[in-house]
Amino acid sequence: MKNLNRRDFFKTTAFGVALATLGAKSAKASDKMLSEDRIGVLVDTAVCVGCRHCEWACKVAHNIPTTDLDTYSDNTVFKEYRRPEQTALTVVNEFENEKNSLLPIQVKTQCMHCERPACVSACIVGALTKEEDGSIIWNDDKCIGCRYCMVACQFQIPTYDYDRSIDPHIRKCDFCHDRRKEGQLPACVNICPNEALLFGKRSEVLRVAKNRIKRKSDVYVNHIYGEQEVGGTSWIYIASKNFDKLKMPTLVKNPAPGISESIQHGIFAYFIPPVTLYALLRTIMWVSTRHKDKNSENLSDIHKDEKGEES
Amino acid sequence: MIASPVKQKYITPGVMILIILALNGLAFLAVRFISGLGAVTNLDNTTPWGLWIGVDVAAGVALAAGGFTSAALVHVMQREHYHAIVRPALLTAMLGYTFVAFAVCVDIGRFYFIWHPLIMWNGNSALFEVGICVMIYLTVLYIEFLPVVIERFMFRVNLPGLLKILNKPLDGILRILNRGLPKTMFVFIIFGVVLSTLHQSSLGTLMVIAGQKMHPLWQTPILPLLFLLSAIAVGFPMIIFESLIASRSFKMKPEMKILSSLGSMVAPILAIYLAFKVGDLFIRNAFQYVLVFDTAAWMFIAELALIIIAFLLFLSKKTVDSPLRLFVASTLVIAGVLLNRINNFIIAYNPFYNPKMYIPSFGEISVTIGCIALLVLIYRAVVIIFPVISQENVKARN
Ligand code: SF4
Ligand code: SF4
Ligand code: SF4
Repeated sequence: MKNLNRRDFFKTTAFGVALATLGAKSAKASDKMLSEDRIGVLVDTAVCVGCRHCEWACKVAHNIPTTDLDTYSDNTVFKEYRRPEQTALTVVNEFENEKNSLLPIQVKTQCMHCERPACVSACIVGALTKEEDGSIIWNDDKCIGCRYCMVACQFQIPTYDYDRSIDPHIRKCDFCHDRRKEGQLPACVNICPNEALLFGKRSEVLRVAKNRIKRKSDVYVNHIYGEQEVGGTSWIYIASKNFDKLKMPTLVKNPAPGISESIQHGIFAYFIPPVTLYALLRTIMWVSTRHKDKNSENLSDIHKDEKGEES
Repeated sequence: MIASPVKQKYITPGVMILIILALNGLAFLAVRFISGLGAVTNLDNTTPWGLWIGVDVAAGVALAAGGFTSAALVHVMQREHYHAIVRPALLTAMLGYTFVAFAVCVDIGRFYFIWHPLIMWNGNSALFEVGICVMIYLTVLYIEFLPVVIERFMFRVNLPGLLKILNKPLDGILRILNRGLPKTMFVFIIFGVVLSTLHQSSLGTLMVIAGQKMHPLWQTPILPLLFLLSAIAVGFPMIIFESLIASRSFKMKPEMKILSSLGSMVAPILAIYLAFKVGDLFIRNAFQYVLVFDTAAWMFIAELALIIIAFLLFLSKKTVDSPLRLFVASTLVIAGVLLNRINNFIIAYNPFYNPKMYIPSFGEISVTIGCIALLVLIYRAVVIIFPVISQENVKARN
């Protein structure tokens, strides 16, 4: 390879260094600081009576077609376990209460608005973002429908519109972002007739949760679900039964994106590893070529390689 | 030895079958683009990724690894001896990655926004990195293929009919490229190797974020390393596999001299991969999950067994010297890596709430098979038109 001389070698290496400095700038992740006042909701499953008014209010607030509120008193839906879907951003399920069979346990499910959200970390285009107040919002204009957020979410929350070819949506609870901008409460919290949903600062609702568990230690199990799960969530739960019996996944304390982000940043640390690899390969190529040149008169540049021994 | 277009008829009975398979796949694709993913696939909110991501994308990228491993061997380490494999491997990589990109387009819901990652960046996302690297690498592969086009058509551009007026300018472009490319090609080649290392490993990082949803037999922080090593390991077997099939199909003598020496390099690479794979299992204390012998465990055992048998075969000189044994051993490696990708993306993905097991639909399988058929058809067309395959007893075409 004729052109493989020392000067070129340094030229390409210099190019690499330039790239590295460029990378250093763009790699500064804009890890938005979370506000001390970030919001949260305490779901007290011992207070919830399963009226499902929240399901109705959520649909109304998000322009999802729904039947009248009276139809929601129909208890037969509890026969089957339900998950949030495109047409229902939150659902309530019923579980047996061994301590008192007359008072079954109802659990509302929606996006947990994680403190360290896997969906936000995963989204290829940054269509999911964590707001300063802690809520996680999906951006219609960016999403490409890759469904990686669904792969990443430990709570299996985002849902996808499998029946549409054009403009399919990722849907999940958005913490009633629009309503709150106008100073209103989230629709579900607002309608709840029993105050099973307590809205406030996360730190505040956490304190309430702890108090309730302490005061009624005979009722509640000593576990605030969401206090520490995958790094903590904005929505937290207390219950009179172990959470794995309420179909809530048993999760580790480490944030889900933690390992993957460190690998990601390790591989790309200011583009140094890739650039080093480039320089290394370049060196091997240079050495190999020189080695070969010494052994044969026949200089072989790649061009000639490609042409074979045509002559 | 010199690469030249293969002199063969395009249509054979085998080709007819491939065309039918391709058309069948295209029919299902049409439905997917008209009625959405749900109409063709068995995907749902519990299983957002299925066959298309696991096989068409993940396994596709792995099996196209021959492109960068051969480039590293021949161009970076300057092992002239292996010269003849570069072009076929390059072509496979180029077509392979083209289909990966196509498969991504098919799988993502808003295919018309496929370009979004170019301007909307999320550096935290492994998928973003895979996407960007694959896009750039695909471009690099096309550039690397340009010399083949130049060789075939420089001074020979001869378009029919009205397009005639384009002959001169096109020829001019080829000549300019011919002057500029050789001096810069090494940049693209090294860049291609770097990009491959990056995205082959990031493909492994993809599933790390699934956390506890991933079966502990596969969920490990060294997934990216395992993905990279297995991609490197499958590179040469894939080249051997294709070369042997091509010589069969085009009725040529297999290039055993080259293939044997390639084959003798496979065992050490497999050994490194196996060492990490098995070592990781014990370090993480995950061996217990093999002993429960459920579906996941058996899939894991199968994946590992394929690689171990292949490794043992490649150890022996007898394997390396016989075309048939070499073919069998290479096929085992390919099957092992393919199964590994299927396991990682489909079998291992086992979320907490998972009412029914995902099994790919007939439509999904049809599209995957159709894509592979189409790939083979295009490969055949390209080697008949362009000088890709080297044959010992063929005179240079001039
Ligand atoms: S629960 Fe899932 S969708 Fe909601 S913020 Fe957490 S990771 Fe994202
Ligand atoms: S489906 Fe949309 S929101 Fe989810 S990861 Fe992909 S681009 Fe982001
Ligand atoms: S916060 Fe709003 S979007 Fe979320 S479940 Fe409640 S009503 Fe629905």
